[in-house]
Amino acid sequence: MTDATQHTLPAGPSIKGKLSRDDIIMRGSMVVIGLYLLITMVFPLYAMLSKSFSTFQFDLSAYEVQVSDEAGATFSNPIRLNDLNEQLKVLEDSDMIAGSDGRLGVTQFFPDFSFRSPVKYRIRNTTDEGRFLVGSTLTDSTEWVELDSNTFRRVQLRPVKSTGFGNFRSYFATPALSNSIKNSVLIATISTIVTVTLAFWFAFALSRSCMRFKGLFRLIAMAPILVPSLLPGIALVYLFGNQGMLKELLFGASIYGPIGIVIGSVFFTFPHAFLIISTALAISDGRLYEAATSLRATPWRTFWTVTIPGARYGLVSAAFVVFNLVITDFGLPKVIGGQFNVLAVDIYKQVIGQQNFEMGAVVSVVLVLPAILAFAIDRFVQSKQVALLSARSVPYQPKPNKKADWILFSYASLIGIFIIGMLAVCQFAALVKFWPYDLSFSLNNYQFDRMDGGGWGAYYNSIKLGLLTAIVGTAIIFFGAYLVEKSNGFKTGRAIFQMFAMLPMAIPGMVLGLAYIFFFNNPANPLHAIYGTMAILVVCTVTHFYTVSHLTATTALQQMDREFESVSASLKQPTLKLFGRVTVPVCLPSILDISIYLFVNAMTTVSAVVFLYSPTTSLASIAVLNMDDAGDIAPAAAMGMMIFYTNAGARIFHLIASRGILSRTQAWRNR
Amino acid sequence: MTIFQKAMTSAAALAISATAAFAEAELTVYTAIEAEDLARYAETFNASHPDIKINWVRDSTGVITAKLLAERDNPQADVVWGLAATSLLLLKSEGMLEAYAPAGVEKLDPKFVDKDETPAWVGMDAWVASVCYNTVEAEKLGLTPPTSWKDLTNAQYKGHVIMPNPASSGTGFLDVSSWLQIFGEDDGWAFMDGLHENIARYTHSGSAPCKLAASGEIPIGVSFAFRGAKSKAAGAPLEIIVPSEGVGWDMEATAIVAGTDDLEAAQKLVDFTITKEANEMYNVGYAVVAYPGIAKPVEHFPANLLDAMIDNDFEFAANNRAAILKEWAGRYDGKSDPK
Repeated sequence: MTDATQHTLPAGPSIKGKLSRDDIIMRGSMVVIGLYLLITMVFPLYAMLSKSFSTFQFDLSAYEVQVSDEAGATFSNPIRLNDLNEQLKVLEDSDMIAGSDGRLGVTQFFPDFSFRSPVKYRIRNTTDEGRFLVGSTLTDSTEWVELDSNTFRRVQLRPVKSTGFGNFRSYFATPALSNSIKNSVLIATISTIVTVTLAFWFAFALSRSCMRFKGLFRLIAMAPILVPSLLPGIALVYLFGNQGMLKELLFGASIYGPIGIVIGSVFFTFPHAFLIISTALAISDGRLYEAATSLRATPWRTFWTVTIPGARYGLVSAAFVVFNLVITDFGLPKVIGGQFNVLAVDIYKQVIGQQNFEMGAVVSVVLVLPAILAFAIDRFVQSKQVALLSARSVPYQPKPNKKADWILFSYASLIGIFIIGMLAVCQFAALVKFWPYDLSFSLNNYQFDRMDGGGWGAYYNSIKLGLLTAIVGTAIIFFGAYLVEKSNGFKTGRAIFQMFAMLPMAIPGMVLGLAYIFFFNNPANPLHAIYGTMAILVVCTVTHFYTVSHLTATTALQQMDREFESVSASLKQPTLKLFGRVTVPVCLPSILDISIYLFVNAMTTVSAVVFLYSPTTSLASIAVLNMDDAGDIAPAAAMGMMIFYTNAGARIFHLIASRGILSRTQAWRNR
Repeated sequence: MTIFQKAMTSAAALAISATAAFAEAELTVYTAIEAEDLARYAETFNASHPDIKINWVRDSTGVITAKLLAERDNPQADVVWGLAATSLLLLKSEGMLEAYAPAGVEKLDPKFVDKDETPAWVGMDAWVASVCYNTVEAEKLGLTPPTSWKDLTNAQYKGHVIMPNPASSGTGFLDVSSWLQIFGEDDGWAFMDGLHENIARYTHSGSAPCKLAASGEIPIGVSFAFRGAKSKAAGAPLEIIVPSEGVGWDMEATAIVAGTDDLEAAQKLVDFTITKEANEMYNVGYAVVAYPGIAKPVEHFPANLLDAMIDNDFEFAANNRAAILKEWAGRYDGKSDPK
């Protein structure tokens, strides 16, 4: 090639892979689902964050006063309140921070004020922003208002809106609020230690012994997942409350407080810890145990050098999952917490009790931090857990050992009795006419329509929410996961999407719910119309439980070879056809798992939806909360058990349905 | 179905569609009234005013107050019918209410009307604080019934009293603000210091203490009288005690939202809400109503209750709410651990 030919060649266009119609559709869909996550999660969280920085402050420079002489005729020169304050040093800067409902009396700036004196006062706003009350009547003009002393003492200044760290400062200056951080971390830590220990030995008994009824125990251990976290609280009231069946066991201590929260937390987090730990124990390598035996290690030593190291990632992961569940849980401490304040309940008290949305947002920000930390550590640990099981591993087979098997069996039975006992107590309480005065059985407590909380309508609403969440959620989540896993190129977009999909796991339900109020209950928001409808409940629930479902879907999709896409492309078949004809049928087991997961959680969730339900969309789990709140504890237990039976029924239906469907769609798996 | 019945139903259907056709004005009414009562209230109103259609927006007191405050610059409501007076005072202090003296306001008990020359709000019915006392449990514990608020600080009741948390319950706040009015600021807090020693725990809702007393979970619950009467009627071994110093109360009230599109219709509605007929309608759910002399006695309701109601200074309660709650939380909410 000569120089001349090189010069004659025109500069070609930069080579770029051509986007096929399929690619465009897939990217478009990914952008749509990404936008969905942006609107249902990122924007609301941003709205909440900005709310936490929106403060209310008294601005003394916005007011001017004049004081008359004894005769009430001649007035002094106007003086601004901030100058007056500077002279007299009545208030510090920190006194200027207020809530939206703050009021500041003005008589404190006049040391010789007496409401009986004939002295007259004039007050006015110097700017349009200034606002003050005479009694409860608002004045916001800049005209002078003349008042006698007796009326002047009824003058109250109103704060003006600004931005800053004021809310956080007053949060940490109020021990009643900031103590909750300590309380929350304390109970979450204790519950984590207890739950993980108990769940470890339970999982150990099931995987490392030859005891009987393993299947039954596995079933019992999963039961708490089917009930709202409020239910163990109600059971504890009946067991250890002042009229409790076993109250003597507490030796005079009160169940209302940390003791109750810890016992209840152990109950509702047990299945989560058990699942993770038993997965970790299941992938142990039998050869290590054979080596230990041939090296004559004692069982004790084997336990510490083989079993525990093999399960360490599982244990750490379980610990952080439990910690996260306890610290973000709202229902249980609400029912049984008594005077023991925790963060999640503080949010509720600030928002529902005092309409102090700004402070609710501050507590939310405080709660998000430990939750995100626990979540991040858990993800980090899980990413470490790879390749414990190699191709040469031999699955461990427990050998019968009469004594150990009996001990472990008794232990597992105790746990089983604890779990079944809690549920049985609730069912019993629901059927008793008027505990403890009339122990005859009746169905009175099932007449939900006569109680606060929404009645039977709430129960049907819950089922509706469960079904809608399962259908809509599964469709969005699975399709989203498919797009992330199987589309080509578009790396940044996929990474951002993946991040959005992981975020909901770290956001506590209370925080999500509150963020939804700020974002959707804003008349300027075009999506304002869905506020107060079933739609917002579905959207919120799908988003709240997005991450676990997304992970289930991606795991299933990763098992499918990407060659399927290449083959369909070479056959000139649209990817969406492949998705419908091959991917979905192959992944059907996971799709069914996702839908039952969403259904069960939609039935039991309280924290996210407690801020969002309206009178026409009350839910069964909310009804449990409200009936307990109003003191109707027995009907609350009855409704809680209705949720349990519904979820158990759904599980059984899911089992039968998946058997039937799988035998038709998964026949290719067995040759 | 007989021909006559058929004729009646079609006539009724005609009447309904006619009502709809005549509805010249529509009012958006915010309310915290129980959902089951809404239809009844609207029906009674439409019987005399078929031309005004009510669009209800209902939620709990706290939420509807927050909603109204949030919409301050762009009010969506025309009328607020059935919201706690303390909440309406908050709205008034934001300049959100249109002052209006409804026709016949002079017939109402003056306790139930805003003190301004042209009242910004008028009351409908009241709920009144009381003490629910479980006689069976108290006897087991050897307690003597209290007769006054001061009695409740007696050491014999230690750990046997429950009251609502004023920070989350309107009933709890009306208790606290009434004690500060009855005893004065200093003695009021001293009283609550003593009471706090005996309190087993503070509940979130105002009706819970009475229901807990009814179920024997606690012998003494500070709650409101109507709740106690209901539980007693359901067979609970309760005595409803009206403390001798007097009892706090709050009322449901009505007001016009400033800037309403249809002031005339709004005024017609408010005129209706204070009529004798309307008050008789409130009496179904509430024992104390604003129109004197028409309330029928409710079973198990303490007879002397009306006289025991203090002269409640709502302005004091509203203007000091934030400060009182802050003080309360600092004293009693911080030391939370009842071990």
